[in-house]
Amino acid sequence: MSAVQTATPFETVRTPDPASRPIKIHAAAVKVTYGQKEALHGVSIDIAEKAVTAFIGPSGCGKSTFLRCINRMNDTIAGARVEGTITLDDRNIYDPDLDVVELRARVGMVFQKPNPFPKSIFDNVAYGPRIHGLARSKADLEEIVVTSLQRASLFNEVKDRLNEPGTGLSGGQQQRLCIARAIAVSPEVILMDEPCSALDPIATAKVEELIDELRANFTIVIVTHSMQQAARVSQRTAFFHLGHLIEEGPTDHVFTNPLEQRTQDYITGRFG
Amino acid sequence: MTEAASRLPVSRLGGPDARTVAKIDLGLSRRYAAERRFRAYGLAAVTIAICFLLVLFGSIVSKGYTAFQQTRVTMMVDFEPSIIAPDGDRSPKAIMSGNAFRFDDLIAASLQKTLEIDPNDEDGLYDALDLLSKGSTPMLRSMIANDPSLIGTKRTVDFYATGDVDAFVKGTIRADVPESQRLIKDKHIVLIDKLKTEGALHLAFNTGLFTNGASTRPETAGVGVALVGSLYMMLVVLVLSLPLGVAGSIYLEEFAPKNRWTDVIEVNINNLAAVPSIVYGLLGLAVFINFAHLPRSASLVGGLVLTLTTLPTIIITTRAALKAVPPSIREAGLGVGASKMQTVFHHVLPLAMPGVLTGTIIGLAHALGETAPLLMIGMKAFIVEYPATPFDPATALPTQIYMWATEPERAFTERTSAAIIVLLAFLLAMNSIAIILRRAFERRW
Repeated sequence: MSAVQTATPFETVRTPDPASRPIKIHAAAVKVTYGQKEALHGVSIDIAEKAVTAFIGPSGCGKSTFLRCINRMNDTIAGARVEGTITLDDRNIYDPDLDVVELRARVGMVFQKPNPFPKSIFDNVAYGPRIHGLARSKADLEEIVVTSLQRASLFNEVKDRLNEPGTGLSGGQQQRLCIARAIAVSPEVILMDEPCSALDPIATAKVEELIDELRANFTIVIVTHSMQQAARVSQRTAFFHLGHLIEEGPTDHVFTNPLEQRTQDYITGRFG
Repeated sequence: MTEAASRLPVSRLGGPDARTVAKIDLGLSRRYAAERRFRAYGLAAVTIAICFLLVLFGSIVSKGYTAFQQTRVTMMVDFEPSIIAPDGDRSPKAIMSGNAFRFDDLIAASLQKTLEIDPNDEDGLYDALDLLSKGSTPMLRSMIANDPSLIGTKRTVDFYATGDVDAFVKGTIRADVPESQRLIKDKHIVLIDKLKTEGALHLAFNTGLFTNGASTRPETAGVGVALVGSLYMMLVVLVLSLPLGVAGSIYLEEFAPKNRWTDVIEVNINNLAAVPSIVYGLLGLAVFINFAHLPRSASLVGGLVLTLTTLPTIIITTRAALKAVPPSIREAGLGVGASKMQTVFHHVLPLAMPGVLTGTIIGLAHALGETAPLLMIGMKAFIVEYPATPFDPATALPTQIYMWATEPERAFTERTSAAIIVLLAFLLAMNSIAIILRRAFERRW
């Protein structure tokens, strides 16, 4: 395996998007170091608007690290340093003048393990709109909560118990609640860090269906360990390995006709 | 496959290798024996601890419970105007001034009537007066001054018996020892018996124990001033150490950069928690009294010193409680665009609250029982008057116990144990509140 690495230069193999969607996020030479250790060695990628982009790759390859750069979640980790530029609608998000709170309102995030607040279902969804002042009245807020829950296809299951704790829901419902919470702030981008890894297959199917519906309105970036999932939900796929972005292209192209040896090895299960 | 590799897994998993099975059995019984031994050690440790606890409580309660009752002498008093106000002036001021012996005369008159003593038998009358607390005269006097309409009437009044009579009635001074070695003489015993048959002498609940201040006479001494002093100190400690401690720990845990300076601060906070409390007393003496010129013996200064001793405990427990909040909650807050401070105050702190409150109350309970630093700042004084504000001189429960413990009288010995019972009751109450608060605030996530 190491022979492959040294043999190939770490240049990303790119296949252009036939649908030629507009670019939402543009990253150039992003490097991330944790203390002395460099976790990402210069990743450049364009992420298309209103599409699902999947990041795949073996554990520790840097895909989650890169995802967390997009809403500057890495800022919260002591010793993490990010170099390079990431622009969201041509605005550098690492610009010192940029407000990170505003950025996180525009770029929502769903985490690996469902993490609803220990509050009622209603308050979970209403929290974001409340702190950002998105609702002018109580009725406004209620409407936002109901629409968000509906868009997260959770409303019908919880409409009679909005005042019960969000932590009392099943794992899949909790994850959809977290998605509703992210939607409620009406972000432009939703980052999902292995959103189904803690869910059973039925809950996973529901979340995947939801992701497919959401791409009509949101730009979605999803990190996943399941290649079937990447193939099912995403339009574009990026393959990461050992901190490098190896290959990036339309999902069907990457899965059926990978241009890089390592990509093929990974998706056929030869390593990972 | 090598020989060794083929032997190991086969014999362990499925092979009927008798030798290996025997080896495993041997190991198993040894492991079970070790577990049984460990359980026995644990059980023994817990049993010994419970025994010691029972002995401790048993000895304190058995010595102290008698102090909650007190011997009283109830007599009919004739509030004779010619004695109380010989010049006709019945104002409280006139009653509080002038010859105090006129109130002794009132008491002597009612004693004489109750015990049917010959008016000419002066010695007999003095012996009878010996039975009553020396605090009776000022008590009667202020009773009349507070209600001058009593003058000219007849009323039954409860007088305290002296500590020695009290001890005799409770059986701690025994009649069967020779008279020369006894504080209560035979003539007194005759009078006590007579009072008993008259129904004048009886045991009643000792309210004075909770309301009175310091006194040289055990029968009129109480923990009232110490209770108020301790209460003021707890208020000062709560008001200062809770916000300071919680704010400090939130800053250190959530906001401060993790570098060498914060490491140094963390190590020092842990060290401060281990500093002997008397050192804080010295610090308080030097800083608050000698430098800042705050009043000596005041509960404010006591509270400030106890705040210093409590802060490390509160900071350490609060930081532990904050650390125990899962990071996913912080990520969730930050992920929807809450600022760091909103995340901490809306999500992290509420989850850490049970731990914070438990830590605070346990810190307060420690402070309540702290004695050494209070001795250093002079909260070991003879204080009769209730402190009106935290700036007034006061004592505290533990220092009151310390002072009473050095008194030789029987009645002070039982009061020492009674004060310990009161202190323990407060500590138990505070710990129960901690448990209740923890239950109330506990939430699952």
